[in-house]
Order: sequence, then C-alpha cells, then structure tokens
Amino acid sequence: MKRIFYCLAGLVLFTACHHADPTLPIYGKRELVTKTVNGKSEEDTVYATIPAFSFVNQYGKTITDKDLDGKIYVTDFFFTSCPSICPGMQRNMLTVYNEFKTDPNVKILSHTIDPKHDTVAVLKQYADKLGLSGDSWWLLYGKKEDIYDIAEKHYLVSVDAQGNGGFIHQGWFVLVDKQKRIRGSYDGTDMKQVNQLVTDMHTLEKESGE
Amino acid sequence: MKIKLVLLLFAAGCIAIIITSCQSEGEQMYNRYYTTGTLLYRSHCENCHGVNGEGLNDLIPSFHDSVYLRKNLGNLPCFIKYGLKAQITVGNKTFTGQQMPAQGNLTSIEIAEVLTYVTNSFGNKIGLIDAPKVNNDLAKCDGE
Repeated sequence: MKRIFYCLAGLVLFTACHHADPTLPIYGKRELVTKTVNGKSEEDTVYATIPAFSFVNQYGKTITDKDLDGKIYVTDFFFTSCPSICPGMQRNMLTVYNEFKTDPNVKILSHTIDPKHDTVAVLKQYADKLGLSGDSWWLLYGKKEDIYDIAEKHYLVSVDAQGNGGFIHQGWFVLVDKQKRIRGSYDGTDMKQVNQLVTDMHTLEKESGE
Repeated sequence: MKIKLVLLLFAAGCIAIIITSCQSEGEQMYNRYYTTGTLLYRSHCENCHGVNGEGLNDLIPSFHDSVYLRKNLGNLPCFIKYGLKAQITVGNKTFTGQQMPAQGNLTSIEIAEVLTYVTNSFGNKIGLIDAPKVNNDLAKCDGE
C-alpha cells in the first residue's frame, strides 16, 4: 500500500515539473501546397499572412509592412473621440507599451477607424496626451476603405460605421508574429487577457523568424 | 454559577449587537447612496475614469483632486447630465478637446448616488450628496 502511494506521489511530482516551452497556435486559413524540393515533391502548409499595407503614423512617417519585417506586433482599432470601450483598451495597451517600449523588435499599431476626424495632427495630439513617446506605439492613419479592409479580411476584427459614437468595433488586441501570421487575439478590455498577451509576446519573441 | 456567567455574556453580546446596528438615519441613507453609487460608477464611469478613479494621463481627468471636486460640487451634476465640452483644470492638468459624454439617462437620484460614491472614494471625504441637492444644482446648469 505504502509503495503504491510513493509511486503515485512520484508520478504527480514528475508530471508537475514537466514544463514544455509553449507554442502559440497559428490562426487564419491554411493551405496544403505541393512543391518540388531537390527533385522530390514535398507537401507543405502555407498559413495566411497579413498582406502589404501602407499607413501614416502620428509623426507623419509612412509605415509599411516592411517596417515590421522580423518584428512581432500587436494591433487594434480605435478612434480618438470614442466614448465607449476605447479608453479602457488604451489603458490596458499602456501596460503592453510600458513592458516593451525599449524593445526595438516589438511594435504596437493602433489604427483609427475614423480618419475623417482623426488626422495625423489629431493622432499626434492624442498620443501626447496618452503619454506616448519614442517609436514603439504607432497610431496609424489611412484611407477608410484600406483600414476597414485590413481589419475585417486580415486581422479578422469587425468594424462598422454605426453604433455608439458613430462607430461600432470590437476591442480585440491581435498578436502577429515575425512572418506576419496571426498568433492570438485578446479582449483588450479585460486586463487578465492583456496580461496573457504580454506573456505570449515574450514567448513569441523567442521564436525564430524563419 | 456557570449558567449565570453564560447569561451575562449573552446579555453583553446582545447589547453590543444592538449598539452597532443602531445606525442613525443619516448614516443609513449615506450607505444606501454609496452602495448604489458604486454599481452605477462601474457601469457608467469606470471604463474611462478607471477602477481607482485614476483617469487616463492627460486624456481623462482623475477623481483624486479633492479640492477641484469640492470647489465644483454644484457643477458636477451638470457635467454628468449634459456632458462637458469646456476646458477644465484638474490636479495641475488641463483637459481640452476630448469631451465627457452626457449621461442623460441617469435620474437625479442616480446622479446623487454616483456623486456620493465618487466624492467619498479615492481619498475623497465630502459626505452625502442627496437627490434634492442634485435637483437644485441641475436647475442652475447653464445651457445643455
């Protein structure tokens, strides 16, 4: 009887100590392609990636997908006159910003969904009031159709020009890896999920960009 | 002998309970306002002003400036009911541009409850703000 107990205790201890390095799932559509490598045909999975884009940040600088090569980033959608969920989201995103602001390989991209009101000058003023400095959190301005297109088709976040304050949008923080694949989405209004995001970002940063 | 002691203790306990449960009517009213105000704060104010009334940097004012709250006590119901567009200075920070959205659906008593919560939390101690006072203040709001 005693022996069984020791065996069980040992087993519990063993499994408790086993910490595999976690890998984040890869989201989006995937395709199986057959390609020829060294004369042999091989099958490979191709994951959906964020396509090329070009927006302007609060400093008036053009930001494209190339600026994020080899970097991980978090993205969300907001507008400066938002009376509903944005302030809570920005407060939580500040936690992410403070954690990674000195890390050149991590960026935050917040797209305005109200470019009619949120010009580059308005975004700069908003960034100043939020206490942002440096080059790690970009507030992005772009053509409305480009922003809505990338939100819905690629970051899989729904935005709509209706609802409270004239717009309706979801408070997701979307995590993108070095190859521009979506690796997680988190409720930006929920601090617990945002803390998980920070943990996942540390995990993802260690992944190779190959 | 033992029974006497038990009875004595029991009586003492009863007296203690009666004394502590005897809150004055004012205290009861304050507690009622404060408790309902807590719930209203959560659903109407917390998202912008924060769990601890901390605001958001230079975008949204905090509730930590007791002097401002006391000085502008009569205007606070108007800010809540009709929103706020004018520039204000709270705790050495000036707030412009962004506006506080009107909470027009709140009744006078709800405004009084949420104000009782705000002005007696986060280090503030202003006391009860009741519905008649809020009604009085609302009658004096300039414009909408």
